[in-house]
Amino acid sequence: MASLYELKDLSKRYTRGKETITIFEELTMSIPQGDFIAIMGPSGSGKTTLLNLLGGIDRPSSGSVECEGVRVDKLSEGKLAKWRSQHVGFIFQFYNLMPTLTAAQNVELPLLLTKLSGKQRKDRVATALDIVGLADRKGHRPRQLSGGQQQRVAIARAIVADPKVLLCDEPTGDLDRASADEILETLQLLNRELGKTIVMVTHDPSAAKYAARELHLDKGRFIEAKAEPAQ
Amino acid sequence: MNDLTLIRKNLFRKKLRAILLTLSILIAFLIFGVLGAFYKVWNSGAELAADNRLVTVNRINFTVTMPYAYWGRIQAVEGVEAASFANWFGGYYQEPTRQVQTFAVDPESYLNVYPELVFEPEQRAAFIANRTCLAVGRDIADFYGWSLGDRIPLLSNIWQKSDGSSSWEFDICAVFDGREDYPANYAMFHYEYYNEDLAFNQDQIGWIVIQTQSADLNASVADAIDTMFANSPAETETATEAAFSEGFANQFGNIALILLFVVGSAFSTILIIVGFTMVTAINERTGEIAVMKTLGFPAPRIFRMVLSESVMLSLVGGLLGLGLAWGMVTLIAAAPGVSAFLPGLSMPQNVFIAGVGLAVLLGLLTGIIPAINAQRVKIVTALGKQ
Repeated sequence: MASLYELKDLSKRYTRGKETITIFEELTMSIPQGDFIAIMGPSGSGKTTLLNLLGGIDRPSSGSVECEGVRVDKLSEGKLAKWRSQHVGFIFQFYNLMPTLTAAQNVELPLLLTKLSGKQRKDRVATALDIVGLADRKGHRPRQLSGGQQQRVAIARAIVADPKVLLCDEPTGDLDRASADEILETLQLLNRELGKTIVMVTHDPSAAKYAARELHLDKGRFIEAKAEPAQ
Repeated sequence: MNDLTLIRKNLFRKKLRAILLTLSILIAFLIFGVLGAFYKVWNSGAELAADNRLVTVNRINFTVTMPYAYWGRIQAVEGVEAASFANWFGGYYQEPTRQVQTFAVDPESYLNVYPELVFEPEQRAAFIANRTCLAVGRDIADFYGWSLGDRIPLLSNIWQKSDGSSSWEFDICAVFDGREDYPANYAMFHYEYYNEDLAFNQDQIGWIVIQTQSADLNASVADAIDTMFANSPAETETATEAAFSEGFANQFGNIALILLFVVGSAFSTILIIVGFTMVTAINERTGEIAVMKTLGFPAPRIFRMVLSESVMLSLVGGLLGLGLAWGMVTLIAAAPGVSAFLPGLSMPQNVFIAGVGLAVLLGLLTGIIPAINAQRVKIVTALGKQ
């Protein structure tokens, strides 16, 4: 598989007062296109930080993040925002939907950054909601949906602009088992059928089993735990 | 859906807060609009003043009279095209509360220097010829229900006749209008008819109106007149009609300054309330703003959206307030008798335009800090707080 991400000698350090905290040091890894990786590890191991660096919402202290030949860490804020809108879909633990918008409007949000017409946007939203099985809930506001349904709206929002990568930060962390399984099956479907590259941070070993690979991040180093998906 | 949908939905996400904020802005603009309309009426004398008209009054005060003879002497001053005079009668009809602004004038010369007063030709002739004639402005005639041929008494709260009474009998022989916005809310009669029966202060006049040959001569004519009467028992002060009107209005205080304080206080309060609320409202949405940035919304676009939200709030409140002010002013102006005392009361277009400008400014001022804060939201920090 061709490589999508190349991370070289990646370091991330935070300064808290006079103390410098190193999250990871000289991390090097490659993420192939179409991969489904579950990143696990103890709290504070840098899982979310790594996800933020992959998504271009944080910058490394040193090293490089390259996506399809583009040095993401070198892009200006404006170009980074545009790059995110075109290449990355984000799925958060707490869904982060806009409470004032309907499901369809939430899904349409990333498309406001494109030059698509209203009709094209509407069609794309309908397709995305259809993929996640929520076509009949398009007019509902987040508070009228269950946690699982809200997360599926968030997935629809993440895929509507057709990004190559989905970055998921504890996507099932706030859901019951049944809803979590539905979400993970949807992610697996997106990976297998639509070829989306997925990087998922999770604490949940049963969630990690849906991924093609499990990587354990500990003390700034990766330990690969599994090569093939269990389900 | 577009950015405007997002702005609108964010603005009205907390309906009670949005309604209260809109109401507070509405009240400020209601005050602004109504006071602006009244200020226009108050100041209309200065606005309607002719460029080449001067007014001479007693230097002590315009309520102190000066000799009738001054009128003749002023007519001879170089650069004077025409001159007339008037005296304040302080009239009322039947009851002191039923005021009628009335001037004792020399009809022919007065109408010459005030071409803005529109008379039917035969009524103009009748006014000049008939010494007991009362020429009544249309607004006053309509208010009191007077018509041509009526004989009415007018009483003065200043002057007395030699027989001890304060009542003068008049025949209404002319009803005049004002050209365009010129007021027709007063009445005039022959100075001679009034002067001959006066118990005191005979042959005295209140002010002299001078039409110069050109506005360029105003300064030299004014100077010549005041020099002519310098060191006399009744020294004069001559100014343009606009300055005189402004001075007349300001005898009650600096109305413009008072209005500025009232409107300024209202707006300062609104600025603080709306500004603080906007900052709080945007702070509450830091997480949502971080998500929008994560999705790829660039910081300048977020800045514009937050600023537009504030401007939209201000414009909604401002336009509602100005609209309500317009409605109130229109209702007041249509009330019986108001046109007689507040001629031309209406919502001036420039007040409306200034109001809209002020609403935009208020929106920008109250929105700038929240917009900067929103633009600066750090995604990682904001999402990490969730």
